[in-house]
Amino acid sequence: EKWLLCCPSRHQAILQKSDKNARPLSLSGHVGFDSLPHQLVNKSTCQGFCFNILCIGETGIGKSTLMDTLFNTNFENFESSHFEPKVKLRAQTYDLQESNVRLKLTIVNTVGFGDQMNKQESYQHVVDYIDTQFESYLQEELKIKRSLHNYHDSRIHACLYFIAPSGHSLKSLDLVTMKKLDSKVNIIPVIAKADTISKSELHKFKIKIMSELVSNGVQIYQFPTDDETVSKINTAMNGILPFAVVGSSEEVKIGNKMVKARQYPWGVVQVENENHCDFVKLREMLICVNMEDLREQTHTRHYELYRRCKLEEMGFTDTNPESKPVSLQETYEAKRHEFLGDLQRREEEMRQMFVQRVKEKETELKEAERELQGKFEQLKRLHSEEKSKLDEKRRSLEDEINTFSKKKTAAELLQGQSFNTNANLKKDKDRKK
Amino acid sequence: QAGLADTCSVAQTPGHDLFGYVGIEAVLDQMRRKTMKAGFEFNIMVVGQSGLGKSTLVNTLFKSKVSRKSCSPNYEEKISKTVKLQSVSHVIEEKGVKMKLTVIDTPGFGDQINNENCWEPIVSYVNEQYERYLKEELYVNRKPRIPDTRVHCCVYFLPATGHWLRPIDVEFMKRLGKIVSIVPIIAKADTLTMEERQEFKQRIRQDLKANGIRVYPQTEYDEDPEDRILNDKIRENIPFAVVGTDKEHQVNGNKVLGRKTKWGIIEVENVAHCEFTNLRDLLIRSHLQDLKDVTHNIHYETFRVRRLNESNLTGESEGWREKNRGGE
Repeated sequence: EKWLLCCPSRHQAILQKSDKNARPLSLSGHVGFDSLPHQLVNKSTCQGFCFNILCIGETGIGKSTLMDTLFNTNFENFESSHFEPKVKLRAQTYDLQESNVRLKLTIVNTVGFGDQMNKQESYQHVVDYIDTQFESYLQEELKIKRSLHNYHDSRIHACLYFIAPSGHSLKSLDLVTMKKLDSKVNIIPVIAKADTISKSELHKFKIKIMSELVSNGVQIYQFPTDDETVSKINTAMNGILPFAVVGSSEEVKIGNKMVKARQYPWGVVQVENENHCDFVKLREMLICVNMEDLREQTHTRHYELYRRCKLEEMGFTDTNPESKPVSLQETYEAKRHEFLGDLQRREEEMRQMFVQRVKEKETELKEAERELQGKFEQLKRLHSEEKSKLDEKRRSLEDEINTFSKKKTAAELLQGQSFNTNANLKKDKDRKK
Repeated sequence: QAGLADTCSVAQTPGHDLFGYVGIEAVLDQMRRKTMKAGFEFNIMVVGQSGLGKSTLVNTLFKSKVSRKSCSPNYEEKISKTVKLQSVSHVIEEKGVKMKLTVIDTPGFGDQINNENCWEPIVSYVNEQYERYLKEELYVNRKPRIPDTRVHCCVYFLPATGHWLRPIDVEFMKRLGKIVSIVPIIAKADTLTMEERQEFKQRIRQDLKANGIRVYPQTEYDEDPEDRILNDKIRENIPFAVVGTDKEHQVNGNKVLGRKTKWGIIEVENVAHCEFTNLRDLLIRSHLQDLKDVTHNIHYETFRVRRLNESNLTGESEGWREKNRGGE
């Protein structure tokens, strides 16, 4: 086996065994590469870190309050209604800074989880959201011109699953959801509003929860125990899961200090008192000790699994049917050819269809033209017929008029003559007298 | 896609104030621990004619017998030899930090009578390593840690002629400068006086600029103004004039690394004598990670873009090498 090492901070390697080429060598003086971890960390500090937490839990279980308490700040929170028709996810990104470390924190909350009458589809949106973030990263990774070291990583690094403090056991929705998510994200189960459970009940509750998870094959996140510096505390914490937490953004005066607490008539529950709840432990584990491991697991385990499944789905393999290694490049090329061929075929089809449609339309239009022409001819005919009829009538009318006027003149003439005759007769009569 | 339409992402609220200690800065420690556990890798290539002190310099840099000095080849070998690359790996450890150091030597470079195209085997080698990494990266079932054999740094040895760059220097650096980070140095600089050294450096810088040769640290990759200031200082000083040795002598009661001559002892680690410490600090103490990052984020990506854009169905083929002749 060879010493396997590689460079960018994300792809970290473990020195396994030596091969004859890489002999260990002793140094006769100080060379100075012990500054490497510092060089590396300095670069990361300049670039900033990304951390994305997904909180899954019923409405009102205290997700937002816990986030406020955990990060010692006041994120903008809205109270959600219980009447959401579907489960939604709300993501908010914040820029936090502590000494010289800049953290880009994204908190994703489920909205309306567990409120529906029919909860069958509840987990699907969560699964889809997680997959979408993986897909985004995969797309960027597969791009030809990519910029991975500038990429804003939106993949979920830790999933806090809020268990309702019933004191009995997990709900079926909890089991189903966690089972769907355990291969996609690091699940850290927490018991919310733990101040409603007594210490003894809590102990039994925790045992019940863990045994249910085990018997249902749910793989929650295990704090890593391979590094001696942290293995002791991590092993201990693994045994305390799930963390029973209480969140509070209000402060109460205890002694001469102001502490985060919840005040009841019967006493004060102090959030940061390890006797009262496991909040401090959660903060320790999630942020101070294992944040980097959570990020690494997300990248090297969950994301790789997603990538592998997705690529296999798309038809990529590492070995072709004859078990010879196939380069992704070849498959990619072949797929590209196939795709281009497909495109061309569809383009042809569309072109044919277009030509066809144009022909049809042409024929239609010609038909219409002919029809119109016919109608026009017909109208013309009718018109000329009418015209000739009218002409005839006019002529006949004219004839009549002529005849009439002739008759009239004749009659007038006659009348004039007769009048004259009468006048003459009268004259004659007068003379005779 | 489902889920997208249902998420409403509120754009970042700049600079949220923390009301108290959270523990975010602990992530730096976590990262340090993890990287120390994983170990580091560094691949350095040395290029230059025989006799310029390549092996000695590498041994001085890493304070151990990393390279075995090659004995001069006899007459026949000198004529028939082509440039053959040899890589040797060692694991060295310092204060808990483990590093696998690979030194790639290029015996025969510039030694033949006809040195045309002597850079080709080197260009091929560099590209081969990128190819290897790309292949691993493209597997469906890929290793959690991809072995990195890519050349992070190429130290180019210029003979201390005092004049200008020679054609072989220009040709080599022009081509390799496009695919790998080159750190040119003036080898065996103890033959130059301070004034000659300054003049020589200036001429070299002019020559580099005139030929469009980009050496490390490249101006385009300065990430922020701080970086620029730091790197500008380095750029004003390259190429470093170095002297290498593995012998120690007594100077003023101290044991120092130096070359003893009749006219005095040249102290390798004395800044007044030569710039070995500048080179060492650049390569190891301050910019080692940066060298690796530039290789990964820039040179490798450039290679990858070119490679994936080619309609080349047969993976690594002769056609690929053909196209790559001279790194153009």
